[in-house]
Amino acid sequence: MSNRPELLAPPEIFYDDSEARKYTSSSRIIDIQARLSERALELLALPVDGIPRLLLDIGCGSGLSGETLTENGHQWIGLDVSQSMLNIALEREVEGDLLLGDMGQGLALRPGIIDGAISISAVQWLCNADKSSHEPRLRLKAFFGSLYRCLARGARAVFQMYPENIAQRELILRSAMHAGFAGGVVIDYPHSAKSRKEYLVLTCGPPSLSTAVPRGKGEDGESCSEDENSEENQMVCISDRNRPKKKQKITRKGKGRDWIFKKKEQLRRKGNAVPPDTRYTGRKRKARF
Amino acid sequence: MRLFTHNMLSSNIKGVSNGFPLRIEVEQVLEKQVDFNPDFVKNLFPKLEWKALVDGARTLGYAELPEEADSSMLESEEFLRKVHHALLELHLEEGALTCPETGRKFPVTKGIPNMLLHEDEV
Repeated sequence: MSNRPELLAPPEIFYDDSEARKYTSSSRIIDIQARLSERALELLALPVDGIPRLLLDIGCGSGLSGETLTENGHQWIGLDVSQSMLNIALEREVEGDLLLGDMGQGLALRPGIIDGAISISAVQWLCNADKSSHEPRLRLKAFFGSLYRCLARGARAVFQMYPENIAQRELILRSAMHAGFAGGVVIDYPHSAKSRKEYLVLTCGPPSLSTAVPRGKGEDGESCSEDENSEENQMVCISDRNRPKKKQKITRKGKGRDWIFKKKEQLRRKGNAVPPDTRYTGRKRKARF
Repeated sequence: MRLFTHNMLSSNIKGVSNGFPLRIEVEQVLEKQVDFNPDFVKNLFPKLEWKALVDGARTLGYAELPEEADSSMLESEEFLRKVHHALLELHLEEGALTCPETGRKFPVTKGIPNMLLHEDEV
């Protein structure tokens, strides 16, 4: 059986009361979530001036990732589709404001106000069609479109995600690019099956120097238990919808008679057997040929 | 839900062109102490819809905010403290938010607004 929760049930049903409690009482999960959100916040690259920012936590669940934001002094708004998860968040008395909402329906926020967004292990849920009315492509479009609108220009959004396969990753990435984001995927520890983590780093606004995708951790076989300290990490993949397309030379005319004579001359000089130049060489053919 | 969230929220029902500000219906309001940070207020101030904030604060029973505000007032700490109180310390615990255009109600329970849309509203 698969161990991917997305395949078992829709999020608002999968994370029922008991699953939500299980999720939040596991110290292992808490630890992982804290580390993921720490890294996401790092990738968010907020200016270091000590000013608290207004951040968005998409798929905040029981507020584990939000706690990291609070610890770093930011104010945040959390959005989740599971009431049970939010109830646990209330019990844990998280600092941020909580909203019950479905990110696939688009975010109900005013344009240009959010300083940054993080999302831990949530976007891949959008690729599922749990109801007959769900169309993953449209839900992704609604989500990224509304996110793009509500972010301030130049703000970043970082999504830690577990895409099921390459097609899913492409679908997510493409939807983000269509919405206008620039950015790409950062992969931490790409050589390790267990510690490998994917982050989608998006910047709102046209591509510039500041939209360059940061590097992943542990790219050159660095052991995963040691955190940080890797200098020569490598960026794994970048895509950018504004990148100029490869230019194809299209000339209607073809190569021409002179070109053929030149080539034949070259081959003759090499000593190849070349047919003689005649009036038929490189002549125009009739259209029906 | 606090007022800074209310100031950000707008209804995104299909076909609604101006879903801001959502009207607040109050059943219960809570006050919680939050550490005062003038930088946050200053940073957030240009993005605020002031009128919506003043109206929202009135609805929650806090009428200390002036009708008009501009960035020169950010110098005064008293003003910053008032804004801070309105933004971060007033919680709408029970009640509802109403879309100004369609009148659709989003219930608020235990401080969490339910913004889930029905299938025909997406």
